[in-house]
Amino acid sequence: MKEKIMHGVFALAALTSIFAVVLICVFLFASGVPAMQEVGFLKFLGGTGWKPTASNPEFGIFPMIIGSIYVTAGAIIIGVPIGVLTAVFMAFYCPKKLYRPLKSATELLAGIPSVVYGFFGLVVIVPLLRDLFREHGCRGQSILAASILLGLMILPTIIGVSESALRAVPQSYYEGATALGATHEEAIFRTVLPAAKSGVLAGVILGVGRAIGETMAVIMVAGNQPRVPESIFQGVRTLTGNIVMDMAYAEGLHREVLIATGVVLFVFILIINISFSILKRRDPNAG
Amino acid sequence: MQAEIKSKRKRPLSIILKILVVAAALITFAALIFLIAYILINGIPYLKPSLFALEYNSDNVSMFPSLINTLLMTLLALVIAVPLGVFTAIYLVEYAKKGSKFVEVIRMTAETLSGIPSIVYGLFGMLFFVQRLQMGLSLISGALTVAIMILPLVIRTTEEALISVPQMYREASFGLGAGKLRTVFRAVLPSAIPGILAGVILAIGRIVGETAALIYTAGTVAEIAVGSDFLLDSTRTLAVHMYILSSEGFHTGEAYATGVVLLIMVFAINALSNIAAKKIGVNK
Repeated sequence: MKEKIMHGVFALAALTSIFAVVLICVFLFASGVPAMQEVGFLKFLGGTGWKPTASNPEFGIFPMIIGSIYVTAGAIIIGVPIGVLTAVFMAFYCPKKLYRPLKSATELLAGIPSVVYGFFGLVVIVPLLRDLFREHGCRGQSILAASILLGLMILPTIIGVSESALRAVPQSYYEGATALGATHEEAIFRTVLPAAKSGVLAGVILGVGRAIGETMAVIMVAGNQPRVPESIFQGVRTLTGNIVMDMAYAEGLHREVLIATGVVLFVFILIINISFSILKRRDPNAG
Repeated sequence: MQAEIKSKRKRPLSIILKILVVAAALITFAALIFLIAYILINGIPYLKPSLFALEYNSDNVSMFPSLINTLLMTLLALVIAVPLGVFTAIYLVEYAKKGSKFVEVIRMTAETLSGIPSIVYGLFGMLFFVQRLQMGLSLISGALTVAIMILPLVIRTTEEALISVPQMYREASFGLGAGKLRTVFRAVLPSAIPGILAGVILAIGRIVGETAALIYTAGTVAEIAVGSDFLLDSTRTLAVHMYILSSEGFHTGEAYATGVVLLIMVFAINALSNIAAKKIGVNK
Protein backbone atom coordinates (compact mmCIF):
# COMPACT_ATOMS: atom_id res chain seq x y z
CA MET A 1 0.00 0.00 0.00
CA LYS A 2 2.68 2.45 1.10
CA GLU A 3 4.69 1.48 -1.95
CA LYS A 4 1.79 2.31 -4.24
CA ILE A 5 1.10 5.66 -2.58
CA MET A 6 4.73 6.75 -2.84
CA HIS A 7 4.90 5.60 -6.46
CA GLY A 8 1.95 7.88 -7.06
CA VAL A 9 3.61 10.75 -5.16
CA PHE A 10 6.79 10.43 -7.26
CA ALA A 11 4.80 10.37 -10.49
CA LEU A 12 2.81 13.39 -9.34
CA ALA A 13 6.01 15.30 -8.57
CA ALA A 14 7.28 14.41 -12.02
CA LEU A 15 4.17 16.01 -13.49
CA THR A 16 5.11 19.41 -11.96
CA SER A 17 7.51 20.41 -14.69
CA ILE A 18 4.98 19.56 -17.41
CA PHE A 19 2.35 21.48 -15.48
CA ALA A 20 4.72 24.46 -15.08
CA VAL A 21 5.53 24.66 -18.79
CA VAL A 22 1.84 24.47 -19.71
CA LEU A 23 0.96 27.18 -17.17
CA ILE A 24 3.71 29.48 -18.38
CA CYS A 25 2.63 29.08 -22.00
CA VAL A 26 -1.05 29.55 -21.22
CA PHE A 27 -0.62 32.65 -19.08
CA LEU A 28 1.89 34.39 -21.34
CA PHE A 29 0.02 33.67 -24.55
CA ALA A 30 -3.39 34.48 -23.08
CA SER A 31 -2.20 37.95 -22.09
CA GLY A 32 0.17 38.60 -24.96
CA VAL A 33 -1.59 37.34 -28.06
CA PRO A 34 -4.77 39.47 -27.71
CA ALA A 35 -2.55 42.54 -27.34
CA MET A 36 -0.72 41.60 -30.54
CA GLN A 37 -4.05 41.24 -32.32
CA GLU A 38 -5.23 44.60 -31.04
CA VAL A 39 -2.08 46.34 -32.29
CA GLY A 40 -1.95 44.18 -35.42
CA PHE A 41 0.69 41.50 -35.87
CA LEU A 42 2.56 43.32 -38.62
CA LYS A 43 2.43 46.68 -36.89
CA PHE A 44 3.61 45.04 -33.68
CA LEU A 45 6.50 43.02 -35.09
CA GLY A 46 7.43 45.31 -38.01
CA GLY A 47 6.60 48.77 -36.70
CA THR A 48 9.58 50.99 -36.00
CA GLY A 49 7.77 53.48 -33.77
CA TRP A 50 7.57 52.89 -30.02
CA LYS A 51 5.41 55.66 -28.55
CA PRO A 52 3.37 53.86 -25.92
CA THR A 53 2.17 56.95 -24.08
CA ALA A 54 1.45 59.24 -27.05
CA SER A 55 -2.15 60.29 -27.66
CA ASN A 56 -1.95 58.23 -30.83
CA PRO A 57 0.19 55.39 -29.44
CA GLU A 58 2.49 53.25 -31.54
CA PHE A 59 3.62 49.82 -30.41
CA GLY A 60 6.26 48.69 -32.89
CA ILE A 61 8.90 46.42 -31.39
CA PHE A 62 10.98 46.06 -34.55
CA PRO A 63 13.81 48.20 -33.07
CA MET A 64 13.91 45.95 -30.01
CA ILE A 65 14.02 42.76 -32.11
CA ILE A 66 16.89 44.26 -34.08
CA GLY A 67 18.49 45.40 -30.82
CA SER A 68 18.37 41.91 -29.33
CA ILE A 69 19.81 40.43 -32.53
CA TYR A 70 22.62 43.01 -32.66
CA VAL A 71 23.80 42.60 -29.08
CA THR A 72 23.52 38.81 -29.31
CA ALA A 73 25.51 38.77 -32.55
CA GLY A 74 28.09 41.04 -30.92
CA ALA A 75 28.31 38.75 -27.90
CA ILE A 76 28.84 35.77 -30.21
CA ILE A 77 31.56 37.55 -32.21
CA ILE A 78 33.40 38.36 -28.99
CA GLY A 79 32.56 35.36 -26.85
CA VAL A 80 32.76 32.41 -29.24
CA PRO A 81 36.38 32.68 -30.43
CA ILE A 82 37.64 33.38 -26.91
CA GLY A 83 35.42 30.70 -25.40
CA VAL A 84 36.24 27.95 -27.90
CA LEU A 85 39.97 28.70 -27.75
CA THR A 86 39.83 28.68 -23.94
CA ALA A 87 38.07 25.32 -24.12
CA VAL A 88 40.91 24.05 -26.34
CA PHE A 89 43.32 25.36 -23.73
CA MET A 90 41.48 23.60 -20.92
CA ALA A 91 41.32 20.31 -22.81
CA PHE A 92 44.77 20.16 -24.42
CA TYR A 93 47.17 22.75 -23.02
CA CYS A 94 46.37 23.28 -19.39
CA PRO A 95 49.09 22.05 -16.99
CA LYS A 96 47.62 19.39 -14.69
CA LYS A 97 48.26 21.40 -11.54
CA LEU A 98 46.43 24.43 -12.90
CA TYR A 99 43.42 22.52 -14.16
CA ARG A 100 41.37 22.30 -10.96
CA PRO A 101 41.73 25.99 -10.01
CA LEU A 102 41.03 27.16 -13.57
CA LYS A 103 37.99 24.89 -13.84
CA SER A 104 36.68 26.39 -10.60
CA ALA A 105 37.37 29.83 -12.05
CA THR A 106 35.12 29.15 -15.06
CA GLU A 107 32.43 27.91 -12.66
CA LEU A 108 32.84 31.10 -10.67
CA LEU A 109 32.41 33.08 -13.89
CA ALA A 110 29.08 31.29 -14.34
CA GLY A 111 28.04 31.92 -10.75
CA ILE A 112 28.54 35.69 -10.63
CA PRO A 113 25.08 37.34 -10.55
CA SER A 114 24.06 39.31 -13.61
CA VAL A 115 23.58 42.52 -11.59
CA VAL A 116 27.23 42.33 -10.59
CA TYR A 117 28.19 41.95 -14.25
CA GLY A 118 25.91 44.82 -15.16
CA PHE A 119 27.35 47.03 -12.47
CA PHE A 120 30.89 46.16 -13.59
CA GLY A 121 29.89 47.06 -17.15
CA LEU A 122 28.43 50.33 -15.96
CA VAL A 123 31.46 51.46 -13.95
CA VAL A 124 34.25 50.02 -16.14
CA ILE A 125 33.24 49.22 -19.74
CA VAL A 126 30.89 52.18 -20.31
CA PRO A 127 33.32 54.94 -19.21
CA LEU A 128 36.15 53.23 -21.10
CA LEU A 129 34.20 53.17 -24.38
CA ARG A 130 33.08 56.77 -23.81
CA ASP A 131 36.70 57.88 -23.62
CA LEU A 132 37.98 55.66 -26.45
CA PHE A 133 35.29 56.44 -29.02
CA ARG A 134 34.29 59.97 -28.11
CA GLU A 135 34.85 61.22 -31.67
CA HIS A 136 32.40 58.59 -32.97
CA GLY A 137 29.74 60.11 -30.75
CA CYS A 138 29.84 57.15 -28.38
CA ARG A 139 28.30 57.98 -25.03
CA GLY A 140 29.41 54.72 -23.52
CA GLN A 141 26.10 52.95 -23.18
CA SER A 142 26.00 51.26 -26.55
CA ILE A 143 25.68 48.07 -28.59
CA LEU A 144 29.43 47.65 -28.20
CA ALA A 145 29.29 47.84 -24.40
CA ALA A 146 26.43 45.33 -24.25
CA SER A 147 28.23 43.01 -26.68
CA ILE A 148 31.46 43.02 -24.68
CA LEU A 149 29.65 42.40 -21.42
CA LEU A 150 27.44 39.64 -22.85
CA GLY A 151 30.46 38.12 -24.58
CA LEU A 152 32.06 37.83 -21.16
CA MET A 153 28.89 36.46 -19.58
CA ILE A 154 28.41 33.64 -22.11
CA LEU A 155 32.05 32.49 -21.83
CA PRO A 156 31.44 29.88 -19.10
CA THR A 157 28.60 28.31 -21.10
CA ILE A 158 30.66 28.08 -24.28
CA ILE A 159 33.80 26.90 -22.47
CA GLY A 160 31.93 24.22 -20.52
CA VAL A 161 30.00 22.72 -23.43
CA SER A 162 32.88 22.97 -25.91
CA GLU A 163 35.34 21.40 -23.49
CA SER A 164 33.17 18.36 -22.88
CA ALA A 165 32.59 18.03 -26.64
CA LEU A 166 36.36 18.15 -27.25
CA ARG A 167 37.00 15.58 -24.53
CA ALA A 168 34.40 13.25 -26.01
CA VAL A 169 36.35 12.95 -29.28
CA PRO A 170 38.18 9.57 -29.26
CA GLN A 171 41.87 9.84 -28.43
CA SER A 172 42.64 7.90 -31.64
CA TYR A 173 41.75 10.95 -33.77
CA TYR A 174 44.51 12.94 -32.16
CA GLU A 175 46.94 10.05 -32.21
CA GLY A 176 46.21 9.27 -35.85
CA ALA A 177 46.86 12.85 -36.86
CA THR A 178 50.13 13.13 -34.96
CA ALA A 179 51.25 9.76 -36.35
CA LEU A 180 50.80 11.25 -39.82
CA GLY A 181 53.20 14.02 -38.84
CA ALA A 182 50.81 16.71 -37.71
CA THR A 183 51.91 19.02 -34.93
CA HIS A 184 49.96 19.24 -31.65
CA GLU A 185 48.10 22.29 -32.98
CA GLU A 186 47.34 20.77 -36.37
CA ALA A 187 46.05 17.60 -34.78
CA ILE A 188 43.72 19.63 -32.54
CA PHE A 189 42.48 22.16 -35.06
CA ARG A 190 42.24 19.87 -38.08
CA THR A 191 40.97 16.63 -36.61
CA VAL A 192 39.72 16.96 -33.01
CA LEU A 193 37.94 20.31 -33.28
CA PRO A 194 36.13 19.41 -36.55
CA ALA A 195 35.02 16.14 -34.94
CA ALA A 196 33.61 18.07 -31.97
CA LYS A 197 31.88 20.55 -34.30
CA SER A 198 28.28 19.80 -33.42
CA GLY A 199 29.01 19.83 -29.70
CA VAL A 200 30.73 23.19 -29.97
CA LEU A 201 27.83 24.49 -32.02
CA ALA A 202 25.43 23.30 -29.31
CA GLY A 203 27.44 25.37 -26.83
CA VAL A 204 27.22 28.40 -29.08
CA ILE A 205 23.45 28.01 -29.37
CA LEU A 206 23.15 27.73 -25.61
CA GLY A 207 25.22 30.93 -25.41
CA VAL A 208 22.84 32.65 -27.84
CA GLY A 209 19.97 31.69 -25.54
CA ARG A 210 21.75 33.16 -22.53
CA ALA A 211 22.63 36.36 -24.37
CA ILE A 212 19.18 37.00 -25.82
CA GLY A 213 17.48 36.35 -22.49
CA GLU A 214 19.86 38.36 -20.34
CA THR A 215 18.08 41.30 -18.81
CA MET A 216 19.56 43.20 -15.90
CA ALA A 217 23.15 43.37 -17.12
CA VAL A 218 22.05 44.52 -20.57
CA ILE A 219 19.75 47.25 -19.28
CA MET A 220 22.59 48.76 -17.30
CA VAL A 221 24.95 49.14 -20.27
CA ALA A 222 22.86 49.27 -23.47
CA GLY A 223 21.34 52.75 -23.19
CA ASN A 224 17.80 51.48 -23.95
CA GLN A 225 16.82 53.97 -26.69
CA PRO A 226 13.92 52.45 -28.64
CA ARG A 227 15.15 53.12 -32.17
CA VAL A 228 16.91 51.18 -34.88
CA PRO A 229 20.60 51.91 -34.27
CA GLU A 230 22.93 53.02 -37.06
CA SER A 231 26.27 52.14 -35.52
CA ILE A 232 27.64 49.96 -32.77
CA PHE A 233 28.48 53.10 -30.79
CA GLN A 234 24.81 53.99 -30.40
CA GLY A 235 22.53 52.94 -27.61
CA VAL A 236 20.00 50.21 -28.20
CA ARG A 237 17.01 48.65 -26.48
CA THR A 238 16.60 44.89 -26.39
CA LEU A 239 13.37 42.89 -26.02
CA THR A 240 14.24 42.17 -22.40
CA GLY A 241 15.14 45.81 -21.81
CA ASN A 242 11.83 46.94 -23.30
CA ILE A 243 9.91 44.94 -20.70
CA VAL A 244 11.81 46.27 -17.71
CA MET A 245 12.10 49.90 -18.86
CA ASP A 246 8.35 50.33 -19.31
CA MET A 247 6.81 47.86 -16.87
CA ALA A 248 7.12 50.21 -13.89
CA TYR A 249 4.56 52.65 -15.27
CA ALA A 250 2.73 50.75 -18.02
CA GLU A 251 -1.04 50.38 -17.89
CA GLY A 252 -3.74 48.80 -20.01
CA LEU A 253 -2.79 47.95 -23.57
CA HIS A 254 0.76 49.21 -23.04
CA ARG A 255 1.25 46.66 -20.28
CA GLU A 256 -0.21 43.84 -22.34
CA VAL A 257 2.07 44.80 -25.21
CA LEU A 258 5.02 44.40 -22.84
CA ILE A 259 3.83 40.89 -22.03
CA ALA A 260 3.50 40.32 -25.78
CA THR A 261 7.16 41.39 -26.01
CA GLY A 262 7.85 38.63 -23.50
CA VAL A 263 5.95 36.22 -25.74
CA VAL A 264 8.17 37.13 -28.71
CA LEU A 265 11.23 36.55 -26.51
CA PHE A 266 9.77 33.24 -25.33
CA VAL A 267 9.23 32.08 -28.93
CA PHE A 268 12.83 33.04 -29.80
CA ILE A 269 14.03 30.97 -26.84
CA LEU A 270 11.86 27.99 -27.80
CA ILE A 271 13.34 28.00 -31.31
CA ILE A 272 16.84 28.18 -29.82
CA ASN A 273 16.08 25.35 -27.37
CA ILE A 274 14.73 23.12 -30.11
CA SER A 275 17.81 23.65 -32.28
CA PHE A 276 19.95 22.93 -29.22
CA SER A 277 18.25 19.62 -28.48
CA ILE A 278 18.45 18.58 -32.14
CA LEU A 279 22.20 19.23 -32.08
CA LYS A 280 22.57 17.51 -28.73
CA ARG A 281 20.88 14.43 -30.07
CA ARG A 282 23.48 14.37 -32.81
CA ASP A 283 26.30 14.65 -30.28
CA PRO A 284 25.06 13.26 -26.96
CA ASN A 285 28.30 14.06 -25.18
CA ALA A 286 27.92 17.80 -25.43
CA GLY A 287 26.31 19.70 -22.59
CA MET B 1 49.82 11.68 -47.19
CA GLN B 2 48.17 14.96 -47.97
CA ALA B 3 47.98 15.80 -44.30
CA GLU B 4 51.67 15.25 -43.95
CA ILE B 5 52.58 17.58 -46.80
CA LYS B 6 50.25 20.21 -45.46
CA SER B 7 51.58 19.88 -41.96
CA LYS B 8 55.14 20.45 -43.12
CA ARG B 9 54.19 23.59 -45.00
CA LYS B 10 52.09 25.12 -42.22
CA ARG B 11 54.37 24.88 -39.20
CA PRO B 12 54.31 28.65 -38.53
CA LEU B 13 50.53 28.38 -38.31
CA SER B 14 50.96 25.99 -35.40
CA ILE B 15 52.88 28.62 -33.48
CA ILE B 16 50.26 31.25 -34.20
CA LEU B 17 47.47 28.90 -33.12
CA LYS B 18 49.26 28.11 -29.89
CA ILE B 19 49.69 31.80 -29.15
CA LEU B 20 45.99 32.37 -29.85
CA VAL B 21 44.94 29.55 -27.55
CA VAL B 22 47.06 30.81 -24.67
CA ALA B 23 45.98 34.40 -25.31
CA ALA B 24 42.29 33.44 -25.20
CA ALA B 25 42.75 31.61 -21.91
CA LEU B 26 44.63 34.60 -20.51
CA ILE B 27 41.83 36.97 -21.57
CA THR B 28 39.18 34.77 -19.93
CA PHE B 29 40.93 34.43 -16.60
CA ALA B 30 42.30 37.98 -16.55
CA ALA B 31 38.77 39.32 -17.10
CA LEU B 32 37.48 37.28 -14.17
CA ILE B 33 40.29 38.35 -11.86
CA PHE B 34 39.93 41.99 -12.92
CA LEU B 35 36.17 41.97 -12.32
CA ILE B 36 36.51 40.43 -8.88
CA ALA B 37 39.43 42.62 -7.84
CA TYR B 38 37.73 45.78 -9.09
CA ILE B 39 34.55 45.15 -7.12
CA LEU B 40 36.44 44.08 -3.98
CA ILE B 41 38.89 47.01 -4.01
CA ASN B 42 36.17 49.58 -4.57
CA GLY B 43 33.61 47.94 -2.32
CA ILE B 44 35.44 46.89 0.82
CA PRO B 45 36.05 50.49 2.04
CA TYR B 46 32.26 51.01 2.00
CA LEU B 47 31.51 47.90 4.04
CA LYS B 48 30.68 49.82 7.22
CA PRO B 49 28.77 48.48 10.20
CA SER B 50 25.99 50.98 9.44
CA LEU B 51 25.25 49.06 6.22
CA PHE B 52 24.16 46.20 8.43
CA ALA B 53 21.72 48.25 10.49
CA LEU B 54 18.33 46.72 11.14
CA GLU B 55 16.43 49.49 9.39
CA TYR B 56 16.71 50.70 5.81
CA ASN B 57 16.13 54.38 5.15
CA SER B 58 17.13 56.87 2.48
CA ASP B 59 20.05 58.19 4.58
CA ASN B 60 21.43 54.79 5.43
CA VAL B 61 20.70 52.32 2.64
CA SER B 62 21.27 49.33 4.89
CA MET B 63 21.60 46.03 3.10
CA PHE B 64 20.72 44.02 6.19
CA PRO B 65 16.97 43.68 5.52
CA SER B 66 17.75 42.56 1.96
CA LEU B 67 20.26 40.06 3.28
CA ILE B 68 17.71 38.49 5.64
CA ASN B 69 15.08 38.49 2.88
CA THR B 70 17.53 36.75 0.56
CA LEU B 71 17.95 33.98 3.13
CA LEU B 72 14.18 33.71 3.63
CA MET B 73 13.56 33.65 -0.11
CA THR B 74 16.23 31.00 -0.67
CA LEU B 75 14.96 28.80 2.15
CA LEU B 76 11.37 29.02 1.01
CA ALA B 77 12.18 28.31 -2.64
CA LEU B 78 14.29 25.30 -1.63
CA VAL B 79 11.53 23.93 0.60
CA ILE B 80 9.24 24.00 -2.45
CA ALA B 81 11.63 22.96 -5.21
CA VAL B 82 13.91 20.38 -3.58
CA PRO B 83 11.27 17.76 -2.68
CA LEU B 84 9.59 18.19 -6.07
CA GLY B 85 12.88 17.98 -7.93
CA VAL B 86 14.25 15.04 -5.96
CA PHE B 87 10.96 13.11 -6.25
CA THR B 88 10.85 13.78 -9.99
CA ALA B 89 14.39 12.45 -10.34
CA ILE B 90 13.55 9.38 -8.22
CA TYR B 91 10.60 8.73 -10.49
CA LEU B 92 12.68 9.14 -13.64
CA VAL B 93 15.60 6.99 -12.49
CA GLU B 94 14.07 4.37 -10.18
CA TYR B 95 10.46 3.93 -11.25
CA ALA B 96 9.74 4.94 -14.83
CA LYS B 97 10.31 2.57 -17.71
CA LYS B 98 13.36 3.71 -19.63
CA GLY B 99 12.50 5.46 -22.85
CA SER B 100 8.76 5.72 -22.19
CA LYS B 101 6.87 8.63 -23.75
CA PHE B 102 6.04 10.08 -20.33
CA VAL B 103 9.70 10.20 -19.34
CA GLU B 104 10.60 11.84 -22.61
CA VAL B 105 7.96 14.55 -22.15
CA ILE B 106 9.21 15.25 -18.61
CA ARG B 107 12.79 15.51 -19.83
CA MET B 108 11.74 17.82 -22.63
CA THR B 109 9.74 20.13 -20.37
CA ALA B 110 12.52 20.24 -17.78
CA GLU B 111 14.94 21.21 -20.55
CA THR B 112 12.54 23.89 -21.76
CA LEU B 113 12.24 25.26 -18.23
CA SER B 114 16.00 25.51 -17.88
CA GLY B 115 16.25 27.61 -21.05
CA ILE B 116 13.56 30.16 -20.20
CA PRO B 117 15.09 33.56 -19.34
CA SER B 118 14.46 34.90 -15.87
CA ILE B 119 12.52 37.92 -17.14
CA VAL B 120 9.96 35.55 -18.68
CA TYR B 121 9.66 33.80 -15.31
CA GLY B 122 9.15 37.23 -13.80
CA LEU B 123 6.30 38.02 -16.19
CA PHE B 124 4.71 34.63 -15.62
CA GLY B 125 4.99 34.98 -11.83
CA MET B 126 3.40 38.42 -12.04
CA LEU B 127 0.50 37.16 -14.15
CA PHE B 128 -0.08 33.92 -12.26
CA PHE B 129 0.99 34.16 -8.62
CA VAL B 130 0.71 37.92 -8.08
CA GLN B 131 -2.47 38.59 -10.03
CA ARG B 132 -4.42 35.40 -10.74
CA LEU B 133 -3.79 33.77 -7.35
CA GLN B 134 -3.86 37.23 -5.70
CA MET B 135 -0.76 36.70 -3.64
CA GLY B 136 0.39 40.22 -4.47
CA LEU B 137 4.01 41.31 -4.61
CA SER B 138 5.22 39.04 -1.86
CA LEU B 139 7.83 36.69 -0.51
CA ILE B 140 5.69 33.69 -1.43
CA SER B 141 5.06 34.84 -5.04
CA GLY B 142 8.79 35.34 -5.49
CA ALA B 143 9.70 32.03 -3.87
CA LEU B 144 7.22 30.07 -6.00
CA THR B 145 8.54 31.74 -9.16
CA VAL B 146 12.20 31.00 -8.44
CA ALA B 147 11.25 27.51 -7.24
CA ILE B 148 10.01 26.71 -10.76
CA MET B 149 13.16 28.31 -12.13
CA ILE B 150 15.54 26.07 -10.15
CA LEU B 151 13.43 22.92 -10.54
CA PRO B 152 15.19 21.68 -13.71
CA LEU B 153 18.59 22.16 -12.07
CA VAL B 154 17.57 20.11 -9.02
CA ILE B 155 16.03 17.40 -11.24
CA ARG B 156 19.11 17.08 -13.44
CA THR B 157 21.73 16.98 -10.70
CA THR B 158 19.67 14.53 -8.61
CA GLU B 159 19.19 12.31 -11.66
CA GLU B 160 22.93 12.25 -12.27
CA ALA B 161 23.60 11.49 -8.61
CA LEU B 162 21.07 8.63 -8.58
CA ILE B 163 22.39 7.14 -11.81
CA SER B 164 25.93 7.13 -10.41
CA VAL B 165 24.86 4.96 -7.44
CA PRO B 166 26.09 1.43 -8.27
CA GLN B 167 23.36 -1.03 -9.26
CA MET B 168 24.88 -3.38 -6.67
CA TYR B 169 23.44 -1.29 -3.82
CA ARG B 170 19.91 -1.80 -5.09
CA GLU B 171 20.43 -5.51 -5.69
CA ALA B 172 21.92 -6.01 -2.23
CA SER B 173 19.00 -4.18 -0.64
CA PHE B 174 16.43 -6.21 -2.60
CA GLY B 175 18.37 -9.34 -1.71
CA LEU B 176 17.98 -8.56 1.99
CA GLY B 177 14.24 -8.44 1.47
CA ALA B 178 13.72 -4.66 1.34
CA GLY B 179 10.91 -3.30 -0.80
CA LYS B 180 11.34 -0.74 -3.58
CA LEU B 181 10.59 2.23 -1.33
CA ARG B 182 12.93 1.15 1.44
CA THR B 183 15.65 0.50 -1.13
CA VAL B 184 15.28 3.98 -2.57
CA PHE B 185 15.30 5.77 0.77
CA ARG B 186 17.74 3.58 2.71
CA ALA B 187 20.20 2.37 0.08
CA VAL B 188 20.13 4.66 -2.94
CA LEU B 189 19.36 8.15 -1.62
CA PRO B 190 21.97 8.23 1.17
CA SER B 191 24.81 7.53 -1.23
CA ALA B 192 23.43 10.09 -3.71
CA ILE B 193 23.24 12.86 -1.13
CA PRO B 194 26.54 14.62 -1.92
CA GLY B 195 25.53 14.88 -5.58
CA ILE B 196 22.08 16.16 -4.72
CA LEU B 197 23.64 18.63 -2.31
CA ALA B 198 26.00 19.93 -5.01
CA GLY B 199 22.94 20.62 -7.18
CA VAL B 200 21.04 22.28 -4.35
CA ILE B 201 23.99 24.54 -3.63
CA LEU B 202 24.14 25.57 -7.29
CA ALA B 203 20.42 26.30 -7.07
CA ILE B 204 21.07 28.54 -4.05
CA GLY B 205 23.54 30.43 -6.21
CA ARG B 206 20.89 31.03 -8.86
CA ILE B 207 18.39 32.32 -6.29
CA VAL B 208 20.90 34.61 -4.61
CA GLY B 209 21.87 36.13 -7.96
CA GLU B 210 18.36 36.45 -9.34
CA THR B 211 16.95 39.87 -10.14
CA ALA B 212 14.60 39.98 -13.12
CA ALA B 213 12.32 37.19 -11.91
CA LEU B 214 11.92 38.78 -8.48
CA ILE B 215 11.27 42.45 -9.19
CA TYR B 216 7.77 41.71 -10.56
CA THR B 217 6.93 38.96 -8.10
CA ALA B 218 8.47 39.86 -4.74
CA GLY B 219 8.65 43.61 -5.24
CA THR B 220 11.29 45.93 -3.87
CA VAL B 221 10.36 46.81 -0.28
CA ALA B 222 13.53 46.94 1.81
CA GLU B 223 12.09 45.69 5.07
CA ILE B 224 12.58 42.37 6.78
CA ALA B 225 9.58 40.12 6.25
CA VAL B 226 8.34 39.39 9.79
CA GLY B 227 5.07 38.82 11.60
CA SER B 228 2.30 36.31 11.18
CA ASP B 229 1.74 37.04 7.50
CA PHE B 230 5.38 37.49 6.52
CA LEU B 231 4.79 35.30 3.48
CA LEU B 232 2.68 38.06 1.98
CA ASP B 233 5.19 40.86 2.66
CA SER B 234 6.87 42.45 -0.31
CA THR B 235 10.60 41.86 -0.06
CA ARG B 236 13.79 42.89 -1.77
CA THR B 237 16.68 40.45 -2.06
CA LEU B 238 20.33 41.48 -2.11
CA ALA B 239 20.68 41.31 -5.90
CA VAL B 240 17.56 43.42 -6.38
CA HIS B 241 18.91 45.84 -3.75
CA MET B 242 22.12 46.20 -5.73
CA TYR B 243 20.21 46.77 -8.98
CA ILE B 244 18.09 49.49 -7.40
CA LEU B 245 21.05 51.23 -5.77
CA SER B 246 23.02 51.29 -9.00
CA SER B 247 20.10 52.39 -11.17
CA GLU B 248 19.24 55.23 -8.78
CA GLY B 249 22.87 56.31 -8.98
CA PHE B 250 23.03 58.09 -5.58
CA HIS B 251 24.69 55.29 -3.67
CA THR B 252 27.41 53.89 -5.91
CA GLY B 253 29.70 53.10 -2.97
CA GLU B 254 26.96 51.14 -1.25
CA ALA B 255 26.25 49.33 -4.52
CA TYR B 256 29.91 48.29 -4.64
CA ALA B 257 29.67 47.08 -1.05
CA THR B 258 26.56 45.04 -1.88
CA GLY B 259 28.50 43.60 -4.82
CA VAL B 260 31.25 42.53 -2.42
CA VAL B 261 28.75 40.71 -0.21
CA LEU B 262 27.17 39.02 -3.25
CA LEU B 263 30.58 37.94 -4.55
CA ILE B 264 31.55 36.53 -1.15
CA MET B 265 28.30 34.55 -1.11
CA VAL B 266 29.04 33.24 -4.62
CA PHE B 267 32.58 32.23 -3.57
CA ALA B 268 31.23 30.35 -0.58
CA ILE B 269 28.50 28.68 -2.62
CA ASN B 270 30.97 27.52 -5.28
CA ALA B 271 33.43 26.24 -2.71
CA LEU B 272 30.69 24.30 -0.90
CA SER B 273 29.42 22.83 -4.15
CA ASN B 274 32.95 21.71 -5.05
CA ILE B 275 33.38 20.04 -1.66
CA ALA B 276 30.07 18.23 -2.06
CA ALA B 277 30.99 17.16 -5.59
CA LYS B 278 34.33 15.82 -4.37
CA LYS B 279 32.50 13.65 -1.85
CA ILE B 280 30.83 11.76 -4.70
CA GLY B 281 34.26 11.01 -6.12
CA VAL B 282 35.25 9.45 -2.79
CA ASN B 283 32.10 7.34 -2.68
CA LYS B 284 32.66 5.80 -6.10
